[in-house]
Amino acid sequence: MATRVLDQPHAHAAAHGEKTGLWSWITTVDHKRIGVLYGATAFIFFLMGGIEALLLRIQLGSPENTFLSPDLYNQLFTMHGTTMIFLAVMPLSAMFFNYLIPLQIGARDVAFPRLNAFSYWVFLLGGLFLNASFLFGAAPDQGWFGYANLTSKQYSPGLNVDFWMLGLQILGIASLAAAVNFFVTIVNMRAPGMTLMRMPMFVWMSLITQVLLLLAFPVITVALILLMYDRFFGSAFFVPSGGGDPLLWQHLFWIFGHPEVYILILPAFGIVSEVLPVFSRKPLFGYAAMVFSGVFIAFLGFGVWSHHMFSTGMGPLADTFFALTTMLIAIPTGVKIFNWIGTMWGGSLQYRTPMLFAIGFIAMFIIGGLSGVMHSSPPADLQQTDTYFVVAHFHYVLFGGSIFGLTAGAYYWWPKMFGRMLNERLGQLHFWLMLIGFNLTFFPMHFVGLHGMPRRVYTYPEGLGFDLMNQIETAGSFVLALAFLVFLVNIFQTWRKPRNAPADPWNGATLEWAIPSPPPEFNFAEIPTVHGRDALWEQKRQRGGPLPEPARVSGAGIHMPNPSYWPLVTAVGILAFFVTLMMLAKIGIWAVIASFALLLLGVYKWAYEPAG
Amino acid sequence: MTAHAHAAHLETSTGLDNRKVAIWTFIGSECMFFATLISNYLVNKGKSLVGPFPHEPWTSPAGQHFEPIFEIPLVTLGTALLLFSSLFVVLALSGAQRGSRKALIGWLGATIACGVFFAGMQVYEFTHFVHRGLGFTTNLFGSSFYTLTGFHGTHVAIGVLWLATLWVDALRGKLPPAKSLNLEMAALYWHFVDVVWIIIFPVVYLIQ
Amino acid sequence: MDVHATGTAQTGHSHPTAGLYFKVGLVLFVLTALEVGLYEITYGGRAGSFAPSIKPLFVPMMLMLSAAKFALVAMFYMHLKQDHKLFSGVFVFPLIIAAFVIVALMALQAYHFAFARSG
Repeated sequence: MATRVLDQPHAHAAAHGEKTGLWSWITTVDHKRIGVLYGATAFIFFLMGGIEALLLRIQLGSPENTFLSPDLYNQLFTMHGTTMIFLAVMPLSAMFFNYLIPLQIGARDVAFPRLNAFSYWVFLLGGLFLNASFLFGAAPDQGWFGYANLTSKQYSPGLNVDFWMLGLQILGIASLAAAVNFFVTIVNMRAPGMTLMRMPMFVWMSLITQVLLLLAFPVITVALILLMYDRFFGSAFFVPSGGGDPLLWQHLFWIFGHPEVYILILPAFGIVSEVLPVFSRKPLFGYAAMVFSGVFIAFLGFGVWSHHMFSTGMGPLADTFFALTTMLIAIPTGVKIFNWIGTMWGGSLQYRTPMLFAIGFIAMFIIGGLSGVMHSSPPADLQQTDTYFVVAHFHYVLFGGSIFGLTAGAYYWWPKMFGRMLNERLGQLHFWLMLIGFNLTFFPMHFVGLHGMPRRVYTYPEGLGFDLMNQIETAGSFVLALAFLVFLVNIFQTWRKPRNAPADPWNGATLEWAIPSPPPEFNFAEIPTVHGRDALWEQKRQRGGPLPEPARVSGAGIHMPNPSYWPLVTAVGILAFFVTLMMLAKIGIWAVIASFALLLLGVYKWAYEPAG
Repeated sequence: MTAHAHAAHLETSTGLDNRKVAIWTFIGSECMFFATLISNYLVNKGKSLVGPFPHEPWTSPAGQHFEPIFEIPLVTLGTALLLFSSLFVVLALSGAQRGSRKALIGWLGATIACGVFFAGMQVYEFTHFVHRGLGFTTNLFGSSFYTLTGFHGTHVAIGVLWLATLWVDALRGKLPPAKSLNLEMAALYWHFVDVVWIIIFPVVYLIQ
Repeated sequence: MDVHATGTAQTGHSHPTAGLYFKVGLVLFVLTALEVGLYEITYGGRAGSFAPSIKPLFVPMMLMLSAAKFALVAMFYMHLKQDHKLFSGVFVFPLIIAAFVIVALMALQAYHFAFARSG
C-alpha cells in the first residue's frame, strides 16, 4: 500500500531525463534534488548579498560620499551580513550535507526524506520573508547581531527589526529540523562496515556541525522570542528603564553566535579535507587528530562567547577565562592546518581548480586565524573592536575560509551533481581573480582598522589617511565580482554541453564516485560494504586498478520514499503564522489561528500519510 | 509505515530505530531551549523595579497592598499531577508493548487527564496571579515567570494533543505492539516535559 | 508485515515491570513531599525557630532533591538505565553544556550588576 516500488519503465526514465516538471520538484523528497534546490536558492541569495556588498563598497570608495543615504547604508550592511550568514553560507553548506552525506555513507536517502523537504521549504520561505522587507522599504537596519537598545520599540519603531527577528526564527526552524535529520542520518544510516572512524572527513565535520546547530539554535530562538515579547507585548527583558538588561541580549546572542561561526566554517573544513587528499594522491594526514580536533573545537566553541564582549567590561576573571579558552582553540585549529599541509607534503599534487581553491583556503584561513588570535587578548581587542580590523578578520575566515572551501567543493562535486565537467581554464581564471580580488578588498581593512576607521559608519571625512586604502578595497570588490561573473559564464557554458562526465573524474576516495554521474534516484543499486577508510581507494587497491564505469541499472524493486506536498503545506503554515503574528494589530487574532490551523493540518496529513 | 523505511535499508547502523534517535536528539536540543529560558528567569531574579513579588508582600508608593504571588499548595498539586502522568504514560507504553489494549487505553487516558488538569491548573494560576496584580508587563518577574512557565505549558499542551491523537489511534485499534514506538516517542517527550517541571518547581517556586 | 528486526530489537531486552514503575513513582512522590515539607518548615506557615538554621542549606537541598527526581525519571521512566548508551549521550552532553551556560550567565550577570552597572 504505502510503498512506491521503482518499476521498469519508471527507472528507465530516471536513467535518462528523470521526472521533470514543476510538480515533481515541489513534491520531491529526494535528497539530491533537495540539495540542488538548496544550492540554487542559496547561490541566488549569495549573489544578492554580493550586490549589497558592492553598493556598500561604492559608498565607501571615496570620502563624504552621498551614493547611499545613512539609513539605506544601515539596511544594506545589516542585510549583507544576515544574508551571507543565514541565506548563503549556511544553506550552501546544507546543499553539500544534502547531496553528499547519503552518498558518502552509502545510503539511499536521509533518515527522514519529508522532513528534509520541509527544511528546504521553510528556509526558502524564511529567506523570501526576510528579503520582502526591501519591498516595504523597511529592511533590517540594526546590524546582524541586533544589539539591544537598537532593537527596542523606542529606537526602532518600524517594521525593520520585526522582519529580522521573525525571519531568523523561521530560518531557525529550518536549521533545527535539518540538524536532527542529518544527525540521525549519519549516526544511523551508514552502510555496513562504515564505522565512525572510517567515515569521510566531510561526514565527520558535518556531524559536528549538526551537534552545534542543535545546541546553539535554541539559544537564539529564545533570545529572539524575548525580543519579540519586548517589541510586541511591551515586556522589558532588554530595556533598562523596565529593569531589564541590554547586556543579556549580547550574552544570549553570542552563546549562539560563537558556535555559529563554527557552523559556518566546519563544513568547509570537511570539504577541503576531501579535496586535498584526492589531488595530492595520498590519504588525509592524521585522520584521528583531524576528527578529535574538530570535536574539541566544537566543544570549546560553547565556552568562548564572551570574547565578543570584552569591551563591555566583564571584570578581570571573566576576561581571563574567555581569553584563555579562545587562545586554546588556536591549538586544534593549528592541528588541522598542519594536517592539511602534511597531506600535501610529499604528495603528487595536481593543481586542478578544486585543489587551487583548497590551497587558497588554507592560506587565507591562516591569515584570518592569526588575526583572530590577536583579538583573543582583551587589551588588544579593546583597540580593535568595532573597527575595520575586525571586518578584515571575519572576512578572512568567512570568505577566505568558508567561501573558498565551498567553491572548492562546488568545482569538485559539480560533475557528480550535474554530469558535466566545469571548464578548467575558466575555473583557474575564477580562482586567480577571486584570490587577488579578495586580498585587495580585505587586506587593507587591517590597516584602516588599526588606524581607527570604525565599522558600520556610512562615510568618513577626507584626510584621515583612509582614502587610498578604501579606493583599493572598492576596486578589489569589483575584481571579486568579476571572479563570480566568470563562474557564472562557466556554469552557463557547461550547461549547454552534453552530460558525459565519467563516474569518477578525479580518482576519488569516497563512495559517491562509485556510482554514475549524476547518480540515479536510488543512489546505490546495491548497498556497498565498506572495508576501510577511503573506501573507494581501498576497492581500487584490491582490484589493482581503476574501477569500470558503473552501468546505469533499472533499480527495479527498490523501495523509495513517496513524494509529498505536505512538508510544503506545513512550511507555508509556519510562514503564515509568523506573518499574521507580525500584523496582529491590523488583521486580528483569527488570522493567526487560521494559520496555526493550516500548520496543524499539514502536520497531521504528513503524519498519517504513507511514507513509503 | 515505519517498517518499510527499514525494509529499504535492511537495518540501521546502530540497530536503533531512526525515529527514536530523532526524538532523543530533539530532546537534547530542547535542553538548551529550556536552559536559556531558566537562565533568563534566574538572571532577572530580584531585578524587578516594582512589585508584586513572588515571595514577599509589597506596598506600592500609592499605598496599595499586594500579597506574595506564589500559591505553593496549588502548584504542588500541579507538580503531583505531572509526576503521576509520567508514571501513567510509562504504564501505558508497557501495555502497548505487551499488546494489552486495556492497559494501553486506560493508562493513556489517565495520562491525558493529568495533562489536561495540569494545563487547567496553570490557566487558573495565571488568571489568579493577574487578579493579584501581576500582569505580563507589570515587572521583570512577571515577564520572565510567564515566559518560562508559559513555554512549559505550551509543551504540555502539545504533549496532550500528541498523546490524545495516539489515544484515538489506540481506540481504533491502530496502535498494535509493532507500532508501540509511536507511543514511546510521545512518552519520551512527555517525560522530558516532566523533568523540566521537576527543575522549574524548586528553582522558580520554592527557592526564594 | 510490520514487524521487522529493528522494531523488536529494542523491546527484546528485559523491560522493568509495572511494580518497579510504581516504586519509582512512590519515591518521586516522597521526594516531592520532602521538597514541599522543607519549604513549609523554612519559609511557609509552619516555619519554626529552627528555620534560620535550615536556610543556608535550603538551596543545596532543593537542588539535590530536584536532581535526584530528574535522574529517577530519566533512568527508569525514560529507560536510559537499560537503553542504548547513545541515548544517554545525546541527552547528557546537552545537559552539561546547559548547566555550564546557566551557571556562567548567573556569574557574569551577578558581577555585572554588583560592580559594573552600579559604577
